[in-house]
Amino acid sequence: MPINSDIRAVRGLPGVAPTPGVAKPNPILAIEGVVRHFGGITAVDVEHLEIQSNAITALIGPNGAGKTTLFNLLTGFDQPDAGRWTFDDQPIHGMPAYRVARLGMVRTFQLTKALSKLSVLDNMKLGAKNQSGERFFEALAPWRWKSGDRSIETRADGLLERFNLGHMRDELAGTMSGGQRKLLEMARALMSEPRLIMLDEPMAGVNPALTQSLLGHIKALADDGLTVVFVEHDMDVVRDISDWVVVMSEGRLIAEGPHDSIGRNQTVIDAYLGTRHGDSSTSGVTE
Amino acid sequence: MDYELIMRTSLEAPFGVDAVIYALAAIGINLQFGYTGLLNFGQVGFMAVGAYSVGISVNYYHWPWWVGVGLGLALSVVLALLLGIPTLRLRADYLAIVTIASGEIIRLIMRAAVLADFSGGSAGLPGNYRDPFFALSPFDRGAEYGFWIDWSGENFWVMIVGWSLVAIFSFGMFQLMRSPWGRILKAIREDEDAVRSLGKNVYWYKMQSLIIGGLIGCFAGFAFAYGKGSVQPDNYSTSVTFFAYAALILGGTARIWGPIVGSMIFWFIITFSDQMLRGLVAEDLISSDLLSGTQIGVVRFIIVGLGLMLLVIFRPQGIFGDKKELALDAH
Ligand SMILES: Nc1ncnc2c1ncn2[C@@H]1O[C@H](COP(=O)(O)OP(=O)(O)O)[C@@H](O)[C@H]1O
Ligand SMILES: [Mg+2]
Repeated sequence: MPINSDIRAVRGLPGVAPTPGVAKPNPILAIEGVVRHFGGITAVDVEHLEIQSNAITALIGPNGAGKTTLFNLLTGFDQPDAGRWTFDDQPIHGMPAYRVARLGMVRTFQLTKALSKLSVLDNMKLGAKNQSGERFFEALAPWRWKSGDRSIETRADGLLERFNLGHMRDELAGTMSGGQRKLLEMARALMSEPRLIMLDEPMAGVNPALTQSLLGHIKALADDGLTVVFVEHDMDVVRDISDWVVVMSEGRLIAEGPHDSIGRNQTVIDAYLGTRHGDSSTSGVTE
Repeated sequence: MDYELIMRTSLEAPFGVDAVIYALAAIGINLQFGYTGLLNFGQVGFMAVGAYSVGISVNYYHWPWWVGVGLGLALSVVLALLLGIPTLRLRADYLAIVTIASGEIIRLIMRAAVLADFSGGSAGLPGNYRDPFFALSPFDRGAEYGFWIDWSGENFWVMIVGWSLVAIFSFGMFQLMRSPWGRILKAIREDEDAVRSLGKNVYWYKMQSLIIGGLIGCFAGFAFAYGKGSVQPDNYSTSVTFFAYAALILGGTARIWGPIVGSMIFWFIITFSDQMLRGLVAEDLISSDLLSGTQIGVVRFIIVGLGLMLLVIFRPQGIFGDKKELALDAH
């Protein structure tokens, strides 16, 4: 049920060659020589990658390909052995995670991090940026932050409704199902009004009926100017919403292009078949 | 056995100076450990800084009392920074190790013989430093105040100032914990990375929690110094921190009332079991061969320990805790 497929098709990246590391007309994120070793394994070794602004990019690859590690590096949650990258032409390598997030590049986690002892609403409010009540002395004076908090609450309620979580609003987040936690984490990230959102397996565990509405929501966000990068294993989902697909295997960028070019790519087919039949030790750990 | 005296003494304890001291110390720990998840095992270090600051300022330098108070608070901030800067970026256990050592370091330095003129060495500081504080008191230092339970004018003044501070800090804590600032601390307690991913400077919030909890611990030290007749280095040993933790856990962590009620119950149990045991020995209901006076001092802590064990078994969330939250830990 591709809702906006016509618009997407037009917005895709016509004229960009489907070769790994190809330059994009308007990259929001540009990565250069990023390497991360864990002991003997090279988890990530990406020579060059650009993420087109205002597009939906799918990052795919077999288990252990280095997708999560790449997310961790780019968002400041892990330090690379080498490499540099820019967000909106600003170098951000070496920047602490919270500052990367403040710039507008926000990620979610493969293993969900819903804050279980906070209410769903408090989880959402935590996501909002520039709250005056987050400063100690202002916090002591409720009249200074109450009105701001109320407008944040209105925004949170709107998002919760859109993510079908409105009825959970006042529950502790720990009482939610795995799928609902995924949704909450995504909604919470959106509370910070990011310009680039990086979703690590956002659909895992979400019930299929909801997946459809979620996909629609992600497309709508992209239409509003948000750039989306997401890791996903379900190729139907990838086909449905992505403008561009990037494929990693064993830490390297092995292919990129529109999804129809990826399906026919022999390197990609080999990579997937290779791990399925090959060394199982590379596919165990995913985070 | 004089049951009335036992009851009177036992009911005096939850309102007395010791309960004030531990309530203050536990409020600080509640902010750090209860709300933020920081393991500060060196709260007694902040208390020692407070007590010695007021003591030395007046006894040695002859400064006004409020200079000592200001100095204690400033040094507490410095101590929190010293403890926090190297550890708060690391895993939680590093702070625990460093803080437990810091409390002992402060105590050992203060009791060092070479510093005897300055800090009083192992004998401690005599109580002259208290005079300017009691000069502010409307009560007669020697007279008795109260009804049925009587307190000396000194204790009464310390209690009034002390419980007022407890009320002020608890109200502040109440305001903070329903603010966005408090929301960040509670979120850090659960998952730092989630908070970082939302653009919050986790390190700085942990530092604020450590500093503010330490400042409240410093006030507990002021209460200790003014409430007791002198500043004794060995009153500031590691066990003080753990008694404050015990009080907090009795009352319930991450609750506004937890540290206050916990400290009151703690001192009630301690005093009541002490008085009962002494009464029983005096009446020969327990042979004095079996239990000597010094042993009673130990046995009452065993009773508190048993009480804590029963609490953990039957009401693990503490007296004010929330069972719903606790159940989520199983996830
Ligand atoms: N913290 C870590 N310590 C050691 N090895 C790791 C760590 N994180 C990831 N790896 C390894 O790095 C490789 C890439 O993992 P990951 O990025 O999780 O892959 P993906 O997300 O694509 O499934 C795997 O071989 C994994 O075992
Ligand atoms: Mg992964």
